[in-house]
This record gives sequence, C-alpha cells and structure tokens, in this order.
Amino acid sequence: MAENIVEKKEQEEVKEELDLSAIDEICAEYKGRKGATIPVLQKVQEHYGYLSKEMVDRIAENLNMSPHTIYGVITFYAQFYTTPRGKYVIRVCRGTACHVKGSGRISEVVTEEFGIKNGETSSDLKFTLEEVSCIGACGMAPVIMINDKTYGNLTPEKAREIFREYAKKDD
Amino acid sequence: MSAQNLDRIEVHVCMGTAGVASGGAEVMAAFEEEFKKHGLIGEVKERNCKVKATGCRGLCARDVLVDIHIPGQEEVTYEHVTPEIVPTIVEEHILKGEVVKKWAAKKDYYDFYKLQKRYVLADCGKVDPEDIDDYIAHGGYEAIKKVLKEMTPEEVIEEVKKSGLRGRGGGGFPTGLKWTFCRASKGDLKYLICNADEGDPGAFMDRSIIEGNPHVVIEGMLIAAYAIGCKEGYIYCRAEYPLAIKRVKKALKIAEERGFLGKNILGTDFEFHLHLKEGAGAFVCGEETALIASIEGERGMPRPRPPFPAVKGLWGKPSNVNNVETFANLPLIINNGADWYASIGTEKSKGTKIFALSGKVKSTGLIEVPMGVTVRQLVFDVGGGIPKKRKIKAVQLGGPSGGCLPESLLDTPIDYDSLIAAGAMMGSGGVVVMDETNCMVNVAKFFLTFTQRESCGKCIPCRIGTKTMLDILERICAGEGREGDIELLESLAMDIKTASLCGLGQTAPNPVLTTIKYFRHEYEAHIKDRKCPARECPELIEFVVDEDRCKKCGICFKVCPVGAISWEKGKPAYIDKSKCVKCRECIVNCPFNAID
Repeated sequence: MAENIVEKKEQEEVKEELDLSAIDEICAEYKGRKGATIPVLQKVQEHYGYLSKEMVDRIAENLNMSPHTIYGVITFYAQFYTTPRGKYVIRVCRGTACHVKGSGRISEVVTEEFGIKNGETSSDLKFTLEEVSCIGACGMAPVIMINDKTYGNLTPEKAREIFREYAKKDD
Repeated sequence: MSAQNLDRIEVHVCMGTAGVASGGAEVMAAFEEEFKKHGLIGEVKERNCKVKATGCRGLCARDVLVDIHIPGQEEVTYEHVTPEIVPTIVEEHILKGEVVKKWAAKKDYYDFYKLQKRYVLADCGKVDPEDIDDYIAHGGYEAIKKVLKEMTPEEVIEEVKKSGLRGRGGGGFPTGLKWTFCRASKGDLKYLICNADEGDPGAFMDRSIIEGNPHVVIEGMLIAAYAIGCKEGYIYCRAEYPLAIKRVKKALKIAEERGFLGKNILGTDFEFHLHLKEGAGAFVCGEETALIASIEGERGMPRPRPPFPAVKGLWGKPSNVNNVETFANLPLIINNGADWYASIGTEKSKGTKIFALSGKVKSTGLIEVPMGVTVRQLVFDVGGGIPKKRKIKAVQLGGPSGGCLPESLLDTPIDYDSLIAAGAMMGSGGVVVMDETNCMVNVAKFFLTFTQRESCGKCIPCRIGTKTMLDILERICAGEGREGDIELLESLAMDIKTASLCGLGQTAPNPVLTTIKYFRHEYEAHIKDRKCPARECPELIEFVVDEDRCKKCGICFKVCPVGAISWEKGKPAYIDKSKCVKCRECIVNCPFNAID
C-alpha cells in the first residue's frame, strides 16, 4: 500500500511550516517537576498531532535530556507517533470480547474502504487505522472509536456505513 | 433512593462509556426538553423533575438505560431508550403515572441482578459522578471521617486484615499485610499509588468504577494513605479512557476544594495530596515496578524484586500500589465493619468481586457477585446463557494471564485458589464466554499475539520465548502444524513461566497451556487432519455449502460482501471459490451450520 502511506517528502514539507515555540511553553510548565517526560510528550503530541525529530530535539534541549532517551520513551509506549496522523483516527478494538465477536473483520473493512492497514494513514491525511488492545467497552463488542466517539455492537456492514459517513464529511 | 430526593422525580440516564456511545447525551437532552415543554422543572412547579447523569449500572448491552424514580412508587427501568420514545415516557409515565410496558425492562433484565450483590458498585448508576454532594448524600466520605476521628492507623490496618480483603488487581495478595510492609518502612515521604491502568483486554471494571463513582476511589485512597502514612499519591490511569480521566480530574479538583484532599483534611493534621498520571499505552505498566518506572517518566520496564516497592518504590521511596477495585472496597469495610465484610464470600476469598462478562453470552456487562459463585452461575443465571441456541465451549477467565475452562469445569467456584487449581486465575476479572464457533487454538494465538507485542523485551525468556510460541501457533492455524508442535509448546511454556522476570512473562503461556490441557483435540485436528473444528481458521475451511444441512434460507447470500454466493429461493446456496475472500461472514451468520 505504499502509495497510500504518507510519503516522506510530504512529511518534510509539513515540518517546515511548524512553529515549535509551543514546545518551550509546555516544557516551561513542567520545569523542575519530576517525571515530566511522558506528560510533556503527551502535551506536545496533543498540540502537533505527532512527534517529529525536530520536536524531540527541542524537547530534549528544554528538559536537558538526550534525544535518545526521549526516543526510548516514545518508541516504548503505544500512544506516541512519529508521523502525522489522520484527521479521523479509527481505533479498532482487538480485545478478547471484540476478538471472539469478529473485530478482525472490522479492521479489514477499514482496509477495504480506505486502503490503509494497521498503523497507516491515508494519503489525504483523513484516516488513520489503529488496532488497540482494549477500549474497555466489552459489553458492546465489537467496538471502535473514531476520535473520541465510541461505536458499539458493530457488524462489518454497520461499520462500513459509519466509515462512509465520515468519508463524506468535508474538511 | 436517598432521603433528600424523596419529594423529587428523578430520571437517571446511564452516561458511562456504553451509555454515551448509545446516545445517552441525546436522551438526556430529550428529557430536559420534554420537562421544559410540560413545565416540570424547578422547585416552584407542582412537579419537580430532574434529569441526572449516572455511571454504568452494569447491563451495557441494553443501553441507553433510564431509571425513573417517582416518590412513593417503585423505580422503573427502561431499556434501549432513544430520544424518539422519550416524549411518550414523559407523557404516559411521569404525567399520567402509567408505566410504558413496551419499553420497560422485562424479567430477564431483573434476572441479571438476582444473583448479584452490588456493594462496591452500589452507587454506580445511582450517584452523579460529577457531583460530590450527590456522593455525600449517599453516605460518601463517612468512612474517612470515621477513620480520622475514631481510629489509629494501626487499627485501620487491623480492620482491613480482619476483613480478609485481597488485592483485586489479580494477584490476590492480602491488602492489610501489604500495607504493613510499607508502613514499617523508614522515611517521612511515602507514596500511595492507584493502579488504574487496566490493560487487560476483556476487563473494564476499573474504568466503570472511576467513571461511575470517582469519589469512592479517592475515599479509599484516603483511608489507605492514613493507614500507611502516605502524604503523596498518584492515580495512574490509562490514557485510552478519556471519560474516566475527565471525571477523575474533576473529582480531584472538587475534593481538594472541599477539604478532602490537601493539608489539614477535615480539620485534622492528616495531609494527602493526590495527582493524576495518564498512562501512555503499555500493558506491562500494570506490573507495579513497571508502573512506577512509568510515573518517573521512563520506559515502563519492570525490575527484579526485592527490593519491593514497599521498601524502595517511586523515586526510591517506600511505595504502596493497589488496584482501583481494592480501594473502592475500603469505605465499605470501614462503614460496615470487618466482620460484616468477612461474612461475604468463601473461607479464603472474602467479599464480592466485580466481573466484566462479555463474549457469547446474552446479557453482557459489569456484574458484582459474592466470591464463591460458580462459573456456570455467572454465564447462565446472570448472563442468561448463550445466544443463537449455540453450545458453550469455554469460559476464559483472567485475561492474558488466565486460562480457558471447558464446560466440564463450569461448576468451579470463583475464588482465588479454586481458579488457580483449575488452571485459570482471577486476574482482574475478565470473563469472556466462547461458543462452538470459537477456535481454541486461535484464542491461544490471539493472547500470545497480545503478550508478545506487549512484552517490554527486557528479559529473554519473555521476549524470544513468546515470539517462538507465537510462530508455532501461527503455523498451526495456517495449516502448517507439525508433529511434535504441541509438546514443543508445552516445554517452551514451562521455561518461560519459570525464567521470566515479571508477571507478564510468568503468566503469558497460561492461555496456551490451558487450551492444550482441555482442548488438545482441537490442536490435533489442526495439525493432523488440517481441519479447524470451529471453522474459524480460514486456511483450514473449505467454504462449501453442505446441501443436506442447508435450509435454503438465503441468509449467506445476503451477508456475503463480495457476491461470491449464488442462491435462488427454494434452492441450496452455492459458493464460488474464485470470488470468495474467506471473510467467514456466511459461516458466522448461517443458523444451520451448513457451511464447511
């Protein structure tokens, strides 16, 4: 699916336009506080949508840490991303309850509709597919989240309808 | 219903995660609009109605659930409420006093609660989680008042020991004893940590407690902090739970404003500062030493114990980690006494346990039962049995650390020790029911995929061992199993269990071991006959309609997403293998098991 993944070139362009000063403000807020790495990364990611090399360097400078240590943290946790993400992040729950009720098919429907696999973002930056361990709404399995909205008791067909609704939404 | 509301009609709308997802906010708005229309809001009106958002009351499968309390009348619950039916409920029930039977919960709804003893969850679904006064009106913060006024820390620990409370995170270590270790450690600064990471796929009780009644967790932590001598505390909550985080934040802020947190709590010299720490998505952070590393801002890697956190924990200081549900039990013990608490449950497992019941069962949701009920009772009496007239195959207990029990062991009582004896474990309380269409080799592969991905990689048995096991399971499911694979899996499993550094690796092989123990024939069918008896592994299914069993109903024809099935009324269906994408929609939906 190479043509559907964001090309490296495009990412470079996105980076150039970014104003990184927000990072300094976020870091200042946590200055001197213990265990600041994760909350700082969370806030920076919340602001920019992902964590680029430039951002990590700037954070490292601010927190007086090595960029390698920060990368060690970023790559360890599931919730940090080093590439831009789609406007709509589709989280497909792959927890046990969802698994036994066929959530694997729901992921396949995303792939069928938008040509993206787990972890990938569509080339128009509209959708990202992310399989997650458990959303914690097992009573209504299979479940997905699109950004902060939860949809439960899905069938592949119901899911397809929801995805098409989002696809129709204007930017 | 609490005394203060006796003169008021209250409508309680479930606004837990499932309630919100099913349209709870829209239902609330519809009620408010109807009340306005009929002039039912406000103290001066003859009828005073209030719409209240509450947390999860358990039966998520029926959301949006709405309770209607009318003073002097029995509470009535409506299920699957939509904004469209709200005007009728208001006109018929609230204005005319006639229950709308069509939408009111039926017998099976009440059957779901019959065996349950909702003590920890008593106020979940009753109090407004964002309103501290509502919690106080339901007896909230009475336990901490009692503790601060009447008890010494030693007496609190003694009471908890006497109650028999064991850690609800899964291990089942006696809570009072754990506290003793941390209390005995030297130093002024000690930390209390609430583990709300809940990475277990298939469990959501911690989430529901926090979303439904965050103050009960804060109160439980206050009791523990006083007993152990902690001044600082953290709630470590998964970032995947946005609603829980929002409600904890709000609860912490208001509890501090009202003097339940901070300095001089309730006018005494007891001091406790509580912070929220958002996790960042790593299952291994449920392990206490990894969780501590994560709070410190590091990769969440576990470290060898000893030293135990009680001696050397967060930032090198003595620390005590307990699970959300454990904390939520504490106000109950203090308010009702250890003897009362110890009278519930079995000899060695006291109190109640909350389970997340899900999978192939009619009523899915959150349940609280006394320890000692059997697995069968959970599935059939509480859960209402298996849907679609299918047969039960297995019950998976305890998440990735647990195991699958076959039908023959369904009468196992649920307590810490009996479950371990049967090869499963309590874990954090996930109960996933599987029917005959679920392949047990595939289930084992599913759990191994999870643990292999979540292994932090620090120790070799877990990092390489789980990968090797997963490779074998993937081969078996793809129809490439070899003679000797089962024995190889068993021997690898024993090595990984013995040699891994933390609980993740030590328990990762459990799902494989129990499925081999109880469902060996399925492994053998995959390896020797190249068949998947449950028809779940696509490479081992033929995708052929058995014309004798086919009842010519055409359901498979309708559900096939790629048009690979042809069917005419009165004739058996036919699958065109060249078009078939092996998605299994036909198999899942065929009511007659007619596709091989």
